[in-house]
Amino acid sequence: MSFTRTPTAARSVQFSFDGMPVQAREGDSVAAALLAAGIDRFRTTPKQGKPRLPYCMMGICFDCLLEIDGEANRQGCMVEVRDGMQVRRQDQSREVRL
Amino acid sequence: MKQDLVIVGAGPAGMGAAIEARRAGLSVLVLDEQSAPGGQIYRQVERVTLTETARADRLGPDYAHGAALVREFRDSGAEYLPGAMVWQIEAGKVWYLSGDRAASADAGQILMATGAIERPMTRKGWTLPGVMSAGGVQILLKSSGMIPGADTVLAGSGPLLYLIAGQILAAGGRLQAIVETVPSSRYLAAARHLPAALGTGYLSKGLAMLMGLRRKGVQIYRGVSDLEVTGRDRAEALHFRHKGQAVTLTTSLVVLHEGVIPNQQITRLTECAHDWNPAQDCFEPRTDDWGNASVPGLMIAGDGAGIGGAWAAEAGGRLAGLEAARAAGRIDTTTRDAQAAPLRARLNALIRGRGFLEVLYAPSAPVPKDDATIVCRCEEITAGQIREAVAIGGLGPNQVKSYLRCGMGPCQGRMCGPVVTAIIAEERGVSPDAIGYFRIRPPLKPIPLAAIANAEPGDG
Ligand code: FES
Repeated sequence: MSFTRTPTAARSVQFSFDGMPVQAREGDSVAAALLAAGIDRFRTTPKQGKPRLPYCMMGICFDCLLEIDGEANRQGCMVEVRDGMQVRRQDQSREVRL
Repeated sequence: MKQDLVIVGAGPAGMGAAIEARRAGLSVLVLDEQSAPGGQIYRQVERVTLTETARADRLGPDYAHGAALVREFRDSGAEYLPGAMVWQIEAGKVWYLSGDRAASADAGQILMATGAIERPMTRKGWTLPGVMSAGGVQILLKSSGMIPGADTVLAGSGPLLYLIAGQILAAGGRLQAIVETVPSSRYLAAARHLPAALGTGYLSKGLAMLMGLRRKGVQIYRGVSDLEVTGRDRAEALHFRHKGQAVTLTTSLVVLHEGVIPNQQITRLTECAHDWNPAQDCFEPRTDDWGNASVPGLMIAGDGAGIGGAWAAEAGGRLAGLEAARAAGRIDTTTRDAQAAPLRARLNALIRGRGFLEVLYAPSAPVPKDDATIVCRCEEITAGQIREAVAIGGLGPNQVKSYLRCGMGPCQGRMCGPVVTAIIAEERGVSPDAIGYFRIRPPLKPIPLAAIANAEPGDG
């Protein structure tokens, strides 16, 4: 799965994913920016350890859960990417507070 | 400060309601989870129309209407809070999270306009990276200008599948194939509704799109069954049966879609009554002609009240706004009815055209046949496990949930709820109406405990 981008006048934004610098476009969600960068796994499932990527991009499936600026279990598809944001993968079981 | 009307959702229905309620003099607060008004259908319409006219053109004339509606909403004088996630509704009070702060707003009336979700298309392999919902791919295209690769396959049914295919091609992308699960017999059954559909524009639009696709070399497979995605750590191939043959397409992105259904989460949370709609194969919250729910003080409008599309949602929202003004004593019944008349006429015309679509695109296989298919993506619970739970006495969704943790993961049953109900109904041989749905508890989405601890009531 790979994406190409249409040309744009949007400003570019820099953030980090697991410490690695990633380039995004202003207006991207964190999830979109990571998919555009070719990231192949957002998290692994608690039980079977299977890799997952975003499925719905609209806040329904929760397969995009990430740690964003120190806060766990944020929906990457619902958070707009910002300069300097620090994003981390959430592997294995991380209890979601409900 | 107490608001006359608090609206949850700034899509076509929420915006339409806010505009009419403001015109009648109500104070209105609109809470929306997105960063800009428009809902899913007119997502980021302001940014796109302002900065990228070319992209707006490709997205079509409906999108241009969205831009006008958003302007009317911005000018209405409604208080609008983007990035606000509603997590609880109690009598006359809406709790939400804004940034990392929990707050609440007191409301005379509450309108829930949270729209639709895509019907979960539960097939073997649908949890693999490289399988996405069509709505998700459309968001990538609309909001981030991301065009999927040329090996992409779209699979399932429903008008959105063709709309998205057209949008990908118009953006300069390519597609390998469209794999349609609509049985050929459906085309005959739907033809009965043709006269009504003609003249509403639905049909001609659909055909025009289809012809464009063939010219651009997109393969189209009709009447397929037994879809399955395979791959080790990501999607590698899509398999299906077509005209009695097993077909395999090599692909790294499978895009699934099988129509949309009301997003029940908030209407279940508030314990509104729901009825089963057999034609659309989904639950709908019960409302009267004006959007009043079964719970006093609560209203529902737009696709969240029953699927009708963006234009119907806007008309329904405007009707709800008028009714809210009447209930608050700002306009009398005669004024309300007079202003509602053109909206009702538009709604009726829209509904006439939809019979064709409903029959043609009724979901073909809501219940996964293969026991190994994962139904609950969060807890990795399979169809087979759910069937077993029913066999040992799990008579309803909430029992199955407590046996298996199915629906207790972070998505709180959004993705598996409809399928769990369908499996139990099939196993027990009764209607989904008799089975019901997961009980939904607050908070609607996970929120940091610190935010709840620091919640300041009434400061909305
Ligand atoms: S991708 Fe589904 S919730 Fe974010």
